Amino acid sequence: MIRLTVNGIEHTAEPAGAESLLATLRDRLGLAGSKDACEQGECGSCSVIMDGELVCSCLVMAADADGSEITTVEGLAPAGELHPVQRALVEAHGVQCGYCTPGFAVAAAHLFEREPSPSADDIKEALSGNICRCTGYGAILRALTGLAGEEP
Amino acid sequence: MTTTPTAVPTTTAVAGGIGTSPLRPDGIPKVRGEFAFSGDLHEEGMLWGATVRSPHARARILSIDPAPALAIPGVHAVLTQDDVPGRKTCGQAVKDQPVLADGETRFWGEPVAVVAADDAETAARAAAAVAVRYEPLDALTDPGEAERQGSVFRTMHVVNGDPDRRGEVVVEGYYETGTIDQAMLGTEAGLAVPDGEGGVDLYVATQWIHEDHEQLYASLGVEPGAARIHLSGIGGAFGAREDLTLQIHLCMLALHTGRPVKMVLDRAESFAAHVHRHPSRMWYRHEADPDGTLVRVEAKLIFDGGAYQTTSHAVIANGAYFAMGPYHCESVDVVGIATRTNNPPNGAMRGFGAVQVCFAYEAQMDKLAAALGMDPIDLRLRNALDAGDRLPTTGQVIEGAFPVAEVIRSLAAMPLPDAGPGGDPRHLPGGAGLTTTAADIRRGVGFAVGFKNIAFAESFDDYAEARVTLTPDGLLVETAAAEVGQGMVTVLQQIARTATGIEQVEVAFVDTAAIGSAGSTSASRQTQMTGGAVLEAAEAVRDEALRRAGGGTLSGEGVLRDGVVVATLADVLAEGPITELVRFRHPPTTAPSETGQGDLHAGFSVAAHRAVVDVDPDLGLVRVVQVDTAQDVGKALHPAALVGQLEGGILQGVGMAVMEELRIDDGVVRNASFTDYLLPTILDAPDVEAVLIEEPDHWGPFGAKGVGEPPTISSTAAVVAAIRDATGRDLTRAPVRPEDVAGV
Ligand code: FES
Ligand code: FES
Repeated sequence: MIRLTVNGIEHTAEPAGAESLLATLRDRLGLAGSKDACEQGECGSCSVIMDGELVCSCLVMAADADGSEITTVEGLAPAGELHPVQRALVEAHGVQCGYCTPGFAVAAAHLFEREPSPSADDIKEALSGNICRCTGYGAILRALTGLAGEEP
Repeated sequence: MTTTPTAVPTTTAVAGGIGTSPLRPDGIPKVRGEFAFSGDLHEEGMLWGATVRSPHARARILSIDPAPALAIPGVHAVLTQDDVPGRKTCGQAVKDQPVLADGETRFWGEPVAVVAADDAETAARAAAAVAVRYEPLDALTDPGEAERQGSVFRTMHVVNGDPDRRGEVVVEGYYETGTIDQAMLGTEAGLAVPDGEGGVDLYVATQWIHEDHEQLYASLGVEPGAARIHLSGIGGAFGAREDLTLQIHLCMLALHTGRPVKMVLDRAESFAAHVHRHPSRMWYRHEADPDGTLVRVEAKLIFDGGAYQTTSHAVIANGAYFAMGPYHCESVDVVGIATRTNNPPNGAMRGFGAVQVCFAYEAQMDKLAAALGMDPIDLRLRNALDAGDRLPTTGQVIEGAFPVAEVIRSLAAMPLPDAGPGGDPRHLPGGAGLTTTAADIRRGVGFAVGFKNIAFAESFDDYAEARVTLTPDGLLVETAAAEVGQGMVTVLQQIARTATGIEQVEVAFVDTAAIGSAGSTSASRQTQMTGGAVLEAAEAVRDEALRRAGGGTLSGEGVLRDGVVVATLADVLAEGPITELVRFRHPPTTAPSETGQGDLHAGFSVAAHRAVVDVDPDLGLVRVVQVDTAQDVGKALHPAALVGQLEGGILQGVGMAVMEELRIDDGVVRNASFTDYLLPTILDAPDVEAVLIEEPDHWGPFGAKGVGEPPTISSTAAVVAAIRDATGRDLTRAPVRPEDVAGV
């Protein structure tokens, strides 16, 4: 059995064997906001913040997350509100199919926490682990550079 | 109330109408992670499905023993071809693909059996435990050999004009493109729920629920009404969801076990489960008069269709009809062949046959310009087609807008970016790894123009149904069209708003039992087709509301006269409901003659791309700096979403130009993962500037054209042309690999 604090709430779970943190979040804790598009750490759609670090939850064994604090897309903002990066993504039309969006929101929130006014190049570096197949990234970059007060 | 309208009905100016960029209604749920994709569905007591797939490109199945799988605790079913209750095959035009392998497997990854178990992990173990004995057979994987053997799905011969016409200046070329994957981010997933009375409800991400439905109930052997398909959240599509993948399997398992069954493919399986963009081999000969007038084009195209037909017949048709680009030519002879092999099946992907030929004909146009000593843009302008001209391939007179020259001129007039990569190493090819230096970089610029048809062709009865209902609060739009991410949901709201003056519009995606087909979300067609149906239905609703109120203008408040509400929406509805169901059809098309002649297409759209690249020719590294575009859009209904289509489509074109390819050896896919199939990241994405050319279409709502595919047609050609410009190499194959650039 493992203990996790997810979005401020304590959970216990019994992951099977080498089960990933992503599978535990989605299938045992009912937090389906984190997506699974590759399970190889290549696409970032499963991004969560674990003890302050941005991780691909598909690459973290749930057992290794025992005792950690996790923030998922569901916990970026209080219920009924949006985190500024979430608002920016929606308002700049950075969401199409939306499958990549939770991962981008988490990765961007993590970036802005460390660096409130990142440059366009900083934003690109920080999001280079997140794949979007729909938008071509233009609107995502405009959303976040706008938030940073930068020209894209 | 009077029964005759006293004036021409009008509407009030409405917020969020066409030409503005309102926020999409699903944006907030998506950004919060609350939007339910097909892989997020859950039902109490559900089982998990998994698929047994052929490890061979071709093999005889000697036996299938389910016993070892059934012996695993928690396994509920192992089903094979024998268990398919109805028609044992499926497919869009031709039902040639076994629902489960029929004694022989014909491609790597072909489904052989399906299992259901208590959880995903047990299901995966059960699939691995099903004992299948194969006898590998010789696989036919070379398309050239397939052509020689006559193993083909369709052969096109498009002939037009005087076959003896010859030009003084002649260029020939041979080109190839690789197999490309849609790589939509959400893999195939669905949930089937039995209704306890022999029927089933399927929740799935797909591009056309009614087409899926026809194939589904036939293979389940049930009445049409006993199998219902509901759209669930779709994580991108790009053609990958046009053919059935797990739909029948899921319903078979649910009906067999009497339990809900969910299945989610992992990425490796997803590569095996859906069709890809056809790899191509293309030979071309262009002939021109010395003044640059194109006079004859000959081409031979071989697109490999793989093991089953899916849409190969239509993809090769597009290749042949659009084989020479949006240019005049007196004499044309195009042979197009879709081969049948033991490669994984190929079918629909954004651009649908127009992409491969554009790569070839635009390389030919550059080559011809060089042979003529002419500026390549001048050569294109000299031969550009316009509305009212005949397409040199099919002979069809082009109706509606077709502003080829304006697209070319507008793009050519856009400013180029700064001269070099600058001092930041992150802007060099290869990125911050400091693999190259600014002194080693050569910059290249490439230009390409492409076009294709919109909506279905060749006499297909193409229609879309939509229902618009007035409610006391606004409008309800019901449709079965698939919102795959492109933003149709917002565009339908905008069309209904502008047609009625009512801002409050809800779009409901309803199931196969609730409404007729909207047709496929493909061929760039839904803005025009479902959009056309919504426009007609909304106008009829508006007219009826105004008739009941005795005229005036409609708004969300109700019917206004002289700025005063004379009837609320509830008042108008007191007489009874107002609801309009419209089945919208585009202008009819004809079937092709033996030589590919006829009015085969409902409309066309043209776009051009100009790419700027920085290349290290020794290391073979390429950075795509900028891709600008001009596109013929008819009318920009939602400018921000439209730009999103251009940027997304361009990046897929960039991927095909420099990094994406499914590597297939003897029919076996070698890179079925996101680790090995490279996709462009935000660091690979060029800057994009776009000019939208708005000349109204002849039948799209408010003159709008579909915009989804043109961004992907000529962007690949433009990027490769730019790399040629930087390196001086021929580069006749896409994607361009580092070794091609470096010449090793
Ligand atoms: S699912 Fe974790 S990185 Fe792709
Ligand atoms: S919006 Fe579809 S993958 Fe990013």
